[in-house]
Amino acid sequence: MNKGQLLDWYYQMVLIRRVEERGAELYQAGKIGGFMHLYIGQEAVSTGIVAAREPRDRLITAYRDHGVALNCGISAREVMAELLGKITGMSKGKGGSMHMASVEKNMWGGHAIVGAHLPIAAGMALGDQYAGNDNVTICMFGDGATNIGYFHEALNLSKIWNLRVLWVCENNKYGMGTAVERASAVVDIRQKAEAYAMKNGQVDGMDVVKVYQAAKETIDFVRRESQPYFLEVITYRFRGHSMGDPERYRRPEEVRQWQENDPIGIFRRYLLENKLADQKTLDEIEARVERDVQDAVEFAEASPEPPLQELYTDIFVD
Amino acid sequence: MARMTMREAISQALMEEMDRDPSVFILGEEVGVWGGTYAVTKGFYDKYGPKRVKDTPIAENAIIGAAIGAAMVGQRPVAELMTINFAFSAMDMIVNQAAKLRYMFGGQFNLPLVIRAVGGGGRQLGATHSQTPDAVFAHFPGLKVVSPGTPADAKGLLKSAIRSDDPVLFIEHATMYQVRGEVPEGEYLEPIGKSKIQRPGRDLTIVTYCKGLELSMKAAEELAREGIEAEIVDLRTLRPLDMAPVLESFKKTNRAIVVEEGWKSFGVGSEVASRIYEQAFDYVDAPILRVAQKEVPLPYNRTLEQAALPQVADIIAAAKEVLR
Repeated sequence: MNKGQLLDWYYQMVLIRRVEERGAELYQAGKIGGFMHLYIGQEAVSTGIVAAREPRDRLITAYRDHGVALNCGISAREVMAELLGKITGMSKGKGGSMHMASVEKNMWGGHAIVGAHLPIAAGMALGDQYAGNDNVTICMFGDGATNIGYFHEALNLSKIWNLRVLWVCENNKYGMGTAVERASAVVDIRQKAEAYAMKNGQVDGMDVVKVYQAAKETIDFVRRESQPYFLEVITYRFRGHSMGDPERYRRPEEVRQWQENDPIGIFRRYLLENKLADQKTLDEIEARVERDVQDAVEFAEASPEPPLQELYTDIFVD
Repeated sequence: MARMTMREAISQALMEEMDRDPSVFILGEEVGVWGGTYAVTKGFYDKYGPKRVKDTPIAENAIIGAAIGAAMVGQRPVAELMTINFAFSAMDMIVNQAAKLRYMFGGQFNLPLVIRAVGGGGRQLGATHSQTPDAVFAHFPGLKVVSPGTPADAKGLLKSAIRSDDPVLFIEHATMYQVRGEVPEGEYLEPIGKSKIQRPGRDLTIVTYCKGLELSMKAAEELAREGIEAEIVDLRTLRPLDMAPVLESFKKTNRAIVVEEGWKSFGVGSEVASRIYEQAFDYVDAPILRVAQKEVPLPYNRTLEQAALPQVADIIAAAKEVLR
């Protein structure tokens, strides 16, 4: 980790936060439709994970995907345009908030059916194994996905076929509004990997440096050993499950307590205390984020709607 | 030309495509060491080895999901579902993932995968293992649904399906593997999405596919003895549905029946009849009739099962009814 890298992570984390805060405003203003799930509070997870991958390593995630998309190098302009359903979005406005992908950036979505992308991730790793390369597929999902059949079929397959998958479970304590202990027979979710004789570990997801180190080690393990690995990341979402969440299932004090561990705040202190950046540098990064987000919003708002012919394209190749 | 069974034609298509293209591989339950529960992939494991003929756990979501993922990154998997009834366990994977991913991501990647599935009743397998739910799958835009009725079409269409860059559900019939026919050798492709006249005739049009074709051909022979010449249009592909030969035939005969093995309600017959009414109403001389399965789950007992399935006699009766 060099200083430039660390400052770039800081930029990415603040960018995710601000893109989503602006996105929430645009949603309230009726400019973004459908479901929108904010990643706020979990920025350290995707930032650390994505920073640890090689460009050839594939990334696939669930519907809380804006952060991963930005970390993978999809521009704020494209993310904002897709949120607004514009033709300039990476999926031409056909995917929306839950389906962000860029094959060019090796980011394979954005998947909105809980757990469905886990067998697909195993398949991507199978495709790479078949091709004879040592690419790693990194598959991120929430704690809620570990209770669905997909999870078990996919983990089992990855183990029996020695597929190079890093399974990353973002345990943010709730599947929608149901607490982990009310939905899962084991609260220590990584134990589920034991059932498949799969190596596993756990890391603090509020600290980007720790996430990065864990991801680096486990991606190396997966590549070297040609084995899947299960990494549980303990994190917390500060906002509701989606935009229309009354949050009856948790106390405001609980949220406030976690907010004291804001991943951006933790990383900020880390940079300052270790003299990796001064106040002015960080302020400048934040100002740059502000400009980039403003530019993205203006770009998205000025972009045209998809033409009606787009309704019928991309269904079949031929 | 060589005379062979439907099973041999399907095996030949698979083998030719595996020999032609190293990115083609097979995965599914008992496809390898066992040789396929319907023996379609017998000998494949020895010839191609475990890398290209992959035995999977009994886990349909894993099978289809793995095929989707491998296709996304450029391979050409052929996933076998032991029966189409097990496709319901992987319904989300098939209709919500395979059929939608390309569209949802703005065409950023292709999904060149084939799902081979065996369907159909008549083998006394009981209600959960005997269904013909083809229309269910044909309902979803984004999934091509192919179901051949002759060995030649099985070969030509399966080869096209494997070369297609889109997801194709390829439905075979459990009682038709021994059906024999002339099959062109070597490179022989039939286009997906093209209906075909399997028997010319002037008096009425029978629209059908797969098992319905076998039954309709027999019915047509009997009708011919009574001087009734039925023209048989084989749909072969349910999505995209090619109505042109159907309409052309109907404009000549002005009378039609639709024969399918699935249930009548919300089925292939309903769709075809509607389209004829919509697009050729001025040519209609008699109500279009549907011959299909009785609206019951298929029972185990042979007599009861056969009573529920469409029979040659039902087709003859319907043909005479529209000619009355």
